[in-house]
Amino acid sequence: MDISGVIDYLIGFAIMAMIYAVFALGLNVHWGFTGLFNIGIAGFFALGAYTAALLTSPPPDPDQFEDFIFGGNLANQGLLDLGVDAWFFLGLAAAALVCGLVALIIGTITLRLNDDYLSIATLGIAESVRFFFLNEKWAANGSKGLYRIPKFLGDVVAPENYDYLYVVVALVILLILFAAVQRAVRSPWGRVLRAIREDEVTTAASGKNVFHFKLQSFVFGAMIMGIGGALFAHHVRFLSPLTFDPLLATFVIWAMLMVGGSGNNLGAVLGAFVVWGVWAGTQFLPGVFSDPSFRLLMIGVIIVAIMLLRPGGLLGEWRRIVASRPASAAVRDSTDPG
Amino acid sequence: MKNSPPILQVRNVTKDFGGVRAVDRCTLSVTPGTITGLIGPNGAGKTTLFNLVSGALAPTSGRILFEGQVISGLRPHQTFARGLIRTFQIPRELKRMTVLENLMLVPARQSGERLWSTWLTPWNVAREERRIQAQALDVLELVNLAHLANELAGNLSGGQKKLLELARTLMADPKMVLLDEPGAGINRTLLRDLSTNIVRASVERNVTFLIIEHDMRFVMTMCDPVIVMANGSVISEGTPSAIQRDPQVLEAYLGGRISGPA
Repeated sequence: MDISGVIDYLIGFAIMAMIYAVFALGLNVHWGFTGLFNIGIAGFFALGAYTAALLTSPPPDPDQFEDFIFGGNLANQGLLDLGVDAWFFLGLAAAALVCGLVALIIGTITLRLNDDYLSIATLGIAESVRFFFLNEKWAANGSKGLYRIPKFLGDVVAPENYDYLYVVVALVILLILFAAVQRAVRSPWGRVLRAIREDEVTTAASGKNVFHFKLQSFVFGAMIMGIGGALFAHHVRFLSPLTFDPLLATFVIWAMLMVGGSGNNLGAVLGAFVVWGVWAGTQFLPGVFSDPSFRLLMIGVIIVAIMLLRPGGLLGEWRRIVASRPASAAVRDSTDPG
Repeated sequence: MKNSPPILQVRNVTKDFGGVRAVDRCTLSVTPGTITGLIGPNGAGKTTLFNLVSGALAPTSGRILFEGQVISGLRPHQTFARGLIRTFQIPRELKRMTVLENLMLVPARQSGERLWSTWLTPWNVAREERRIQAQALDVLELVNLAHLANELAGNLSGGQKKLLELARTLMADPKMVLLDEPGAGINRTLLRDLSTNIVRASVERNVTFLIIEHDMRFVMTMCDPVIVMANGSVISEGTPSAIQRDPQVLEAYLGGRISGPA
C-alpha cells in the first residue's frame, strides 16, 4: 500500500470516528452528566440520517422506486430553491429539530417516572423507527434503502477529493458541538444536571425543577445525535434500515463513552477514536481474527479491561478546583494549633 | 412576636403508607422567628411530617399552610421557592461533586441555569458564578469546611456531611429551615458552633427553625417552644421546662401505654 492510500484510509477513518464522536458527546449529555440511561441511540441516529437524506436527495427515479413517493425532493422541487449545498445545512438543522421533537415527546411522557421507563422507551423508539422505515416503503424506499444522497459541495469538489473536504466539514461541526456542550456542562446548567445524576431528591430540595432539567438534557443530547445522523448520511450516502442495528448504532457508542470517560467531553471524543480504531483496525487481522464476531469481542475485551484498570475511563471526570483564599488559610491556622 | 400569625400551620394532617399510619391527624403551628424543637420517640412520625411539609410526600388528608397559603401538594422545588428548605436525617450529599459545588448549586434563579444564557451571555454567568462562589466559600468557613472546598463530597466523614447539610440551608436565604437531627454524629465542640450559627441566623436574618433532635441537652438549651410527637400526633407542646414535667411525655419516652386496641 502506498503512502497516499494510507492517508486516504486514515482520512476516511477520521471522518467516521468524528461522526461517532458527535454521538458520544450526545450520549455524554444524557448519561455522563445527567444519568439518563438512553439505550436507543440508534433511533435518533436513524431519524437524523433519514431526515437529512430525505430533504436533500434527488427526486426518485420512477423506474426504480415504484412505491416511493415522498423521497427527497424538497431540495430539488423548487419548494425552497437554495441549491443542494444550502440544503445540506437545512438538513442538519432539520435532523436536530426532528430528534429534539421526538425526545421532547418521549421525555415528557417518561421522565417523570422511574428511570427505567426512559430506557425502555428509548429502546422501543429505536426499534419503531427502524421498522417504520423498513415497512413503510412510501417514506424511504423500505429495505432497498436510499441512495444517491448528495455530497456537500458535490458540484465543486472532484469525487476523489470529497473525503478531504468532508473531513474538514466533520471536524468543524464536531468542534462547534464540542464547544457548545463544554460551555453548557461547565455552567450552572451543567451543575444542576450533575446534581440530578447524583441525587434527584437533594436537587429538588435545593429548589431545582428536576423534571424540566432532565427534559432539557434529553432534548439537547438527542439534537446532537440528530446532527450526527445527518453527518453520517452525507458521508456514507446510502441508508437502509439495516444500517441502524443496535450493535453499531447504540452499543458501540456506549463502549466509546465508557472507554473514553463518562462525564468528560474530551474523553467521549477520545473514546470514539479508540473504539472505532479497534473496530476498524481489527479488520486487517489475518484469518478468523478479522471476523466481525471476533472484532466485536475485542471491543468487549477493551470495555472489561477499562472497567478493571481505569473504572472512570481513560480520562476521568473533570473536577473544578478553585484556589483557596488566603483569608481562609489564615483562619484555619489560627484555629488549628497543630 | 408571640402574637404574630404562625408561619407554618399543620392542620389535621394524616399520612398512610399502606396499612401503616405514620402521621395521624397531626395539628401544630410554628411561630415566626422561633427555634422550635420537635421531639418524640422513634417512629413518632417526625421525619414523615418533614417530608409532608417540604413536599417530598403528599398528605393522605389534611392541609399544610405556609405564611397563610396552602402548600400541601406542592413539589419540593415549589416549597423551596416559597422560602422553605429542609435537611436530611441521613445526609444526601452529591457524592461525585466537590463540596463547593454542592453549595453553589443551591442559590435560586441563577441565570446560568438557562441553557441559552450559557452560550449567549457567558460574561453574566461568569460574574454571577464569582459572586456565588464567594458566598459559598464564606459559608464553608462558617461551618469549618473551607479547607475541604475542592474535596468530593462523597469523601467527607459522617459529621462533615451533616455540616454540609446545614451549609446548604445557609446558601438559600430561606424564611424557614427544617433541620432533621442536625446534631447526630457531630462532636460537642462542633455542635456548639452549629448552635451558635443557628441562633445567629435566627436573630440576624429572622429565619424560623423547626428542629428534630434527639440530643436533649441541645433541645432544652436551644429550642423554645418544644413540640412532642408520639404515634403520629402531637401529645404536648410548651417551654422546655414544662415539657420535661409533662407526665404524657415521660410516658411516651419511658415506654407507656400502647394506643388503640392491643
